[in-house]
Amino acid sequence: MKIKKGIPVIDQGDKLGFWGGKFGGNFVPETLKKPIEDLENLFNKLKKNRKFIDERDMHFKNWIGTPTRFLKLENLTKHVGGAQIWSKVVSDANGGAHKIYNATVHCLLAKRSGKKVIIGDTGAGYAGKMLSMAAKKFGLKCKIFMGAKDIERQQPNVKAIKKNGAEVIPVYSGSQTLVDAVSECMRYWVANCDTTAMCVGSTVGPAVFVRICGWSTSQISRELKVQLIDEFGSIPKKLKLYNCVGGGSSSFGFWNEFMDYDKKQCEFIGVEAGGPAKSKKHAAPLTYGSKIGILHGAAQYVNQNTDGQIEETESISAGLDYPGISPLHCFLKDSKRARYTAASDEEALAAYKLVTKFEKLRPSLEPSHAFSVAIKESKKLSKDTIVVVNSCGDAYKDKGILEKKLGKKYV
Amino acid sequence: MFNPINAAFKKAKQEKRPALLTYTVAGDSTKKQSLDILKSISKNADILEVGMPHNTPVADGSQIQTSAYRAIKNGIKINDIFKIVKDFKKFDNSKPVILMGYYNMLFQYGENEFLNKCQTSGVNGLIIVDLPWPENKKFAKKCKNKSIYFIQLLSPTTTKERLKKIIKDSHPMNYFISMLSTTGGKLKVSSKEILSNYYKIKKINPKKNVVIGFGITEKTIKSLKKADGLVVGSAICKEITNSLKKRQNPVTNVNNVVKRLKMKIK
Repeated sequence: MKIKKGIPVIDQGDKLGFWGGKFGGNFVPETLKKPIEDLENLFNKLKKNRKFIDERDMHFKNWIGTPTRFLKLENLTKHVGGAQIWSKVVSDANGGAHKIYNATVHCLLAKRSGKKVIIGDTGAGYAGKMLSMAAKKFGLKCKIFMGAKDIERQQPNVKAIKKNGAEVIPVYSGSQTLVDAVSECMRYWVANCDTTAMCVGSTVGPAVFVRICGWSTSQISRELKVQLIDEFGSIPKKLKLYNCVGGGSSSFGFWNEFMDYDKKQCEFIGVEAGGPAKSKKHAAPLTYGSKIGILHGAAQYVNQNTDGQIEETESISAGLDYPGISPLHCFLKDSKRARYTAASDEEALAAYKLVTKFEKLRPSLEPSHAFSVAIKESKKLSKDTIVVVNSCGDAYKDKGILEKKLGKKYV
Repeated sequence: MFNPINAAFKKAKQEKRPALLTYTVAGDSTKKQSLDILKSISKNADILEVGMPHNTPVADGSQIQTSAYRAIKNGIKINDIFKIVKDFKKFDNSKPVILMGYYNMLFQYGENEFLNKCQTSGVNGLIIVDLPWPENKKFAKKCKNKSIYFIQLLSPTTTKERLKKIIKDSHPMNYFISMLSTTGGKLKVSSKEILSNYYKIKKINPKKNVVIGFGITEKTIKSLKKADGLVVGSAICKEITNSLKKRQNPVTNVNNVVKRLKMKIK
């Protein structure tokens, strides 16, 4: 399996939407074939349209706020005593996380297609919060599907969604987390696809949703490339990009512009959620060798039993608590472009403690997973290695969990 | 290819009524009970659809989800589903059985192995909800080689052009989804409109049997009786749920529902 150079990875799928011949595709009920085809045609047309791109960039700049900061974590670097540790503070973006890019693009597409309602799924609540923000800005009615368990543990984001005028629809089926929220959202779309647009909150789902999301979050690496050149004069000779991976939207966006660089120069490290140290459950299908299966319309590595039932996951971080993984990451793994590993709940919490102790940065539990591995590996790396961690979310949403696990002083 | 599904439609036509198709989930609420239900309703149902319960269904409404979760919780496995079909076929070999489910289950089992098992246990048709045309072309061919019908789903959103292509590749039975809905939704369009869409499909190839499903209950079934066949699923699953709640026997209650459904279309 090989990645082609010079062609965006989102456009490297075959006619049926498979990357590397086997990841992705469109395993959808017949009813969704037409709306998906319509969305594909619209997206393919608009992503080449200068006016549309200008419109997107205008909103990214004036509303989302670009570029997000790129800064050296001096104290942490000194403490670790190895590679230079930097962070791309994507949580600077309006709303506090990278999910805003995809949400904005989906609302722009919905407007163009004449839809009045937009629906979306959410785990950590960020995708939902951002979609509700964007829907409000662009005058669309909005419904957010969220697992009952996630509603309980991510209250700040739930409140934000409601404040933006969107309806939160609790999902009580299955494990009551992201996987069930996505299923319920897709079911709602099946029944209402004539009037309603759907936004899938990550680089998952039927192929077109994977592509739209990857196209949107790639803003992160476009900015980073410029910032790296500004800082170092050129792309550093030894660059390592660490990112947490749940569905895979922030990591894909963080890496996309660097895809064609040799991995010896620019290495991608994806950090999945290993779950509690003592639990067998995890949300790390790439790290722990899960088999290929079909989830939410796409073929991917996914936690499942031998009968093909999707298995429940466990992670302290709602945003990573997903049994599957983007087909794009399956493709990057099997073509050996990216390397994947996992951090446990405890490791993520320890990394959060360390980062907040040394820096004025409060990464949410999701990027804390990435920090954990980045810090561990940086110790052994030379001082001229540039390690960049995508701090793709802010810890405000995690205050309940952090207080419970670490005590009030860490909130 | 010989398939008892054809005989079932033929018989219904001779009796000037649509074929009655029932959908129940294998293993709901237990393996034995789901088999008992099949045996008891087979007198009145013409074709039995047996659901393979999956825990992330993207097209099922709450009734069928409830049935599926109940069956999974009670430990149903794919091999048990085949066993249920096989045991049923020992009881009534002429009654056609169709398995309905999601692709990941047979993908994990292995397409060929799955079809072999279908053949040895007496499955006559397959409906795979998330394997649409043209993705299903290769698999549908494999089914044909085993004399198993791969039943294509058609929806109100399917364009005319696409309808023609799907029907051209289809086996003798197709399934028209009455409206934009998950299973068990309330019928939100008139039966007149559903039938008008149905006739558009029939016109493309009148020889192929088309059944209508989604939203069909005791209340609505009569208004659609001009179709080749009608599928009732969620209403039956709901009856099982209610029976369990009331501590009544689901086998008797479901049998009564099916009897009443049959009366309505006679």
